[in-house]
Amino acid sequence: MAEHTIKMPDVGEGVAEAELVEWHVKIGDPVREDTVLAAVMTDKATVEIPSPVEGEIAWLGAEIGDVVAVGSPLIRIKTAGGASDAPMDDEAGEAPVADGMAQEGEGVPPPPAKETPKVAAKAEVKPPEKSKPIFSSGAPRAEGEKPLASPAVRLRAKEAGIDLRQVAGSGPAGRITHEDVDGFLSAGRQGSVKGLSRRTDVEDIKIVGLRRKIAEKMALSKRSIPHITYVEEIDVTALEETRAAMNASKKPDQPKLTLLPFLMRAMARAIADQPELNAVFDDEAGIVHRHGGIHIGIAAQTANGLVVPVVRHVEARDIWDCGAEVARLADAAKAGTAGRDELSGSTITITSLGAMGGVVTTPVINHPEVAIVGVNKMMIRPVWDGSQFIPRKMMNLSSSFDHRVIDGWDAARFIQRIKVLMETPALIFVEG
Amino acid sequence: MKDISCKLLVIGAGPGGYVCAIRAGQLGIDTVIVEASKPGGTCLNVGCIPSKAMIHAADEFHGAVAASKGSSPVGISLSEPKIDLKKTVAWKDNIVGRLTSGVSGLLKKAKVKIVTGRAKFRDGKTVEVETETGSQIIRAENIVIATGSQPVELPNLPFGAKVLSSTEALALKALPEKITVIGAGYIGLELGTAFAKLGADVTIIEAQDRVLPLYDRELVRPVEKRLGELGIEIVLSAKAKGLSGTGALLIETADGGERKIEADAILVTVGRKPATEGWGREELVLDMDGRFIRIDEECRTSMRGIFAIGDVTGEPMLAHRAMAQGEMVAEIVASHKRSWDKVAIPAVCFTDPEIVSVGLSPDEAKQAGREIKAAQFPFSANGRAMSMADETGFVRVVARADNNLVLGIQAVGRGVSELSASFGLALEMGACLEDIAGTIHAHPTQGEALQEAALRTLGHALHI
Repeated sequence: MAEHTIKMPDVGEGVAEAELVEWHVKIGDPVREDTVLAAVMTDKATVEIPSPVEGEIAWLGAEIGDVVAVGSPLIRIKTAGGASDAPMDDEAGEAPVADGMAQEGEGVPPPPAKETPKVAAKAEVKPPEKSKPIFSSGAPRAEGEKPLASPAVRLRAKEAGIDLRQVAGSGPAGRITHEDVDGFLSAGRQGSVKGLSRRTDVEDIKIVGLRRKIAEKMALSKRSIPHITYVEEIDVTALEETRAAMNASKKPDQPKLTLLPFLMRAMARAIADQPELNAVFDDEAGIVHRHGGIHIGIAAQTANGLVVPVVRHVEARDIWDCGAEVARLADAAKAGTAGRDELSGSTITITSLGAMGGVVTTPVINHPEVAIVGVNKMMIRPVWDGSQFIPRKMMNLSSSFDHRVIDGWDAARFIQRIKVLMETPALIFVEG
Repeated sequence: MKDISCKLLVIGAGPGGYVCAIRAGQLGIDTVIVEASKPGGTCLNVGCIPSKAMIHAADEFHGAVAASKGSSPVGISLSEPKIDLKKTVAWKDNIVGRLTSGVSGLLKKAKVKIVTGRAKFRDGKTVEVETETGSQIIRAENIVIATGSQPVELPNLPFGAKVLSSTEALALKALPEKITVIGAGYIGLELGTAFAKLGADVTIIEAQDRVLPLYDRELVRPVEKRLGELGIEIVLSAKAKGLSGTGALLIETADGGERKIEADAILVTVGRKPATEGWGREELVLDMDGRFIRIDEECRTSMRGIFAIGDVTGEPMLAHRAMAQGEMVAEIVASHKRSWDKVAIPAVCFTDPEIVSVGLSPDEAKQAGREIKAAQFPFSANGRAMSMADETGFVRVVARADNNLVLGIQAVGRGVSELSASFGLALEMGACLEDIAGTIHAHPTQGEALQEAALRTLGHALHI
């Protein structure tokens, strides 16, 4: 009989700790080799921890949301020494309920370390038992059982549009009291009612995982960087014509171009003139690292929140290449398969709320970079050409800069250069 | 005659219909009620109320007769008492009259328009009433069918001459010497017992092998015993075949033989049927549920704007069920959110002794798959029952074994119909045994037997 301890793995260069974001197992669960045990998250990526052995989970060393240092014990697995027919499921029912519905004060003490339940060597591995729902009070009603309530409670529920089958009863034999109805109402009803009612409920949501990373990052950026935001409008009529023509004549293996690759290439050209914009500022050391390679982060919304996949070496990619890479990274980010190296290392960032519209944004710089370029919605606006109003496709760029190292003048010059490039798109493609 | 338009039209002013109309009137709904005869329906006119009046008169008379024979336990002696049945019926009719005119008064007070005549549907929104002064068209947004029920007739013993339904039996001018009752359900037993107490020679014929087949044997046993003491002959597993040439009743007995029973009156109480004919149902497209009109939990029929309540909608055919439905429908028409959510409908037999049953009997609870506990407390251990010189019967409580939730309460005994209120309240409130056991019951009352039955089910009765 042996016990195998899994420590928090080194999940990336320079990472000293990682946040536990998900347990895939609970104490007592039988596991096989390669069964996913947990997910941990570093600054940039979520990493799954597989089981290196077959056995039974004996101990879990952290709770969801805990930040665990690399090398700390995370999981202990009892591995089979000799054959035994002790049933594996015996302890499953005692495992803590993982879905947050467990009653308060019902914490289950970890099994004593000396206890050594055995797992038959060839026992079939079963999926973790689904946790039973636990009602806040009273016993759960069996399926099909009618809710028990006095006529006054029934009438009140009927008039309030409450289905009493959804209300747990705290009274003897599961009787639903007026107080239970009050509790149901304040906890957020599921029925529909006419009229408005006051709500006094507060839902507490623990900020963990990606959301916590985003929160910390945004606060850090706004706390340490004095932002200057500069908004300019760009006439993209010509660019849109060029884009349409290029898409119409593209080869089958080429990606459909969006506006983004044009902007990326324009930025690469502008950065060639103003390398101070493509930099990261180590303010503790007082050093700005100007990068030769242009690695553009593309802020993307996913189901879990904001992530920033990075298109590397834009200076060395043509417009088609940029388009293809943006598409690939966007898919990977949405699918959650983007790796750590694809989500880190940017030197300047583009953010776009795209189709959502908006005239102006005040983008928050992706710390420790020094510039972020925000794309607002393109729309047709009347433009005075000196003798008349003509409809033009106009788009605003809302961009923020670290005013500690970028002066307003330089910021404006950078955006004006991009404007010229985008309004005369041929310039984007001119060599030299 | 000028057409009437209203928001609610109620057809039938029985307990279901008039309660519906009164409640609707209270809620400010423009309401019309149509009734072919006097308001009050079967219940007030030819059912509950007159039968209870006759039962009371019979009890009084029977007690006096017993005293005159020297068998009064409390020492009353009398010379031979007499009863003037015409006067009895007149007294009963007076009660009925006061109640029916009371209903008319209540309807008027609620500003309900009463139209007297027979109603007939023309379509789902229109009803034609034949009144004394001509045809009256009534158009209504909502119509409630509350047409009630009628006594079932036996094909080989049609009503008429000496073959009576309960309606005629309650209006007899003279007491027949020999009465045969066909059907040992609660109506037959109640009336048969009353006639026997009034001095008639009563025979009761029942097709099944026991009386009151809808109640369990424990509850029925004291009634059977009393029927025997009253000299009522019970013929079980027998079928009425018809009348012989001489006017005697022919029956087929359990062994297949034929028997002739001489009778001056034959009372047929083999049940009641919903009144689903004669009011134009053929003009509508109503889904039926067997012989009843199908309704949902809001008493809505399959046609929009048409409700049905009371006996026409199914068992149990009881006035208090109809009243509760009527009240609910009025509130639904007034746009209140309501649905039928009653836990229990009490059932009472005004036999001697009376039987009351609310909720599930032990057998019914077991059939419903419940683990139960049940106990009864006899009136022989109840001081009040003793002091009324009638210790027959008991109160029985049925509860879930796992959480003591009361599933049913039954009783048999003198005057136990009045206990139905507390029985019904206990069930409707979702009482557990501990709730009843923990409620102070006044001493000395028969109601103490309920508390003791609950205590006994919990295993610690005090007075037994």
